[in-house]
Amino acid sequence: MVGIVIVSHSFKLAEGVKDFAGVMAKSCPIAAAGGMPDGSYGTNFGIISDAIDSVSSEDGVIVLVDMGSAIMTTEMVIEEKNNPKIKLADCPLAEGTMAAAMDSEMGMSLEDILIDLEQVRNERKLDY
Amino acid sequence: MNTEGLISIIKNIAEKIDMEKDFLGELDSFIGDGDHGINMARGFNEVKKKLPEFSSLEPAELLKSVGMTLVATVGGASGPLYGTAFMKAGAALKGKENFDINDFVSALELAIEGVMKRGRSTQGEKTMLDSMIPSLTALKTSLANGDDSITALREAVAAAEDGVYYTKTIAATKGRASYLGVRSIGYQDPGATSYKMIIESVYETLKQ
Repeated sequence: MVGIVIVSHSFKLAEGVKDFAGVMAKSCPIAAAGGMPDGSYGTNFGIISDAIDSVSSEDGVIVLVDMGSAIMTTEMVIEEKNNPKIKLADCPLAEGTMAAAMDSEMGMSLEDILIDLEQVRNERKLDY
Repeated sequence: MNTEGLISIIKNIAEKIDMEKDFLGELDSFIGDGDHGINMARGFNEVKKKLPEFSSLEPAELLKSVGMTLVATVGGASGPLYGTAFMKAGAALKGKENFDINDFVSALELAIEGVMKRGRSTQGEKTMLDSMIPSLTALKTSLANGDDSITALREAVAAAEDGVYYTKTIAATKGRASYLGVRSIGYQDPGATSYKMIIESVYETLKQ
């Protein structure tokens, strides 16, 4: 199964999104990487790196992020790991994590989940 | 300039950032989350602590290690941004035991390019680029006019200061401050300010 990592400035936000997705996707490996080592707001290279390692397998890992430094720090972690099977998704955090976790649970490939997440990014919440 | 000189510059940067951390935090509290001072001080204090172990490195490797340390410890956007800047600056000095002002120009060019790419940003968005880019331009212009490196760096500091002032006049379109939109006008950008402190430390160290 593809591993899922949630990166947020907030420890609680990352843990909350992880729990929320876990309700539907019970066996998919999900890791939360929220906040700084002391629990304050921010994003931390080491925490993100460890979270990726904790759910990593040959099926790959998808990382979902909130904003600002979450994007940039995660990019730098992924560049350092230099593994084409670790991908950063570009979509809303909660919706994207739910979609990715369920897709992974159903055995979808890394590539197919990323295509699904493209759609999550384009989905509107109200009529259009 | 060799590793020893570079270490004294970085030590001075770290001390200035630590001294100014409350001011940077206050600036950030107006238009951001208020952590720029704490984050920068945490990063640069860690760098300062590690300087003795960096003393055997060539300038390129030293700058790369400084960048890595900032990325690992800062925690806010300034971590990956200044981290990238120092790492890219290091790449410009690759293989050189000594470097001159022209190498410094190349390093600053690569650093700015790296920040633009990492932050997906450009000049005029109320970011550190608004002091970085003018300072590079001023540095190059001054050198092209035949000024010595100290004079050129003084021009670079002055241009960075003007850049900081300019950020007061514009609305943020990047970073946390962009959520404030036009309400961010009137406040100077903390990132532009911290860069000004950095280039000022370079100038002050070399002037001595």
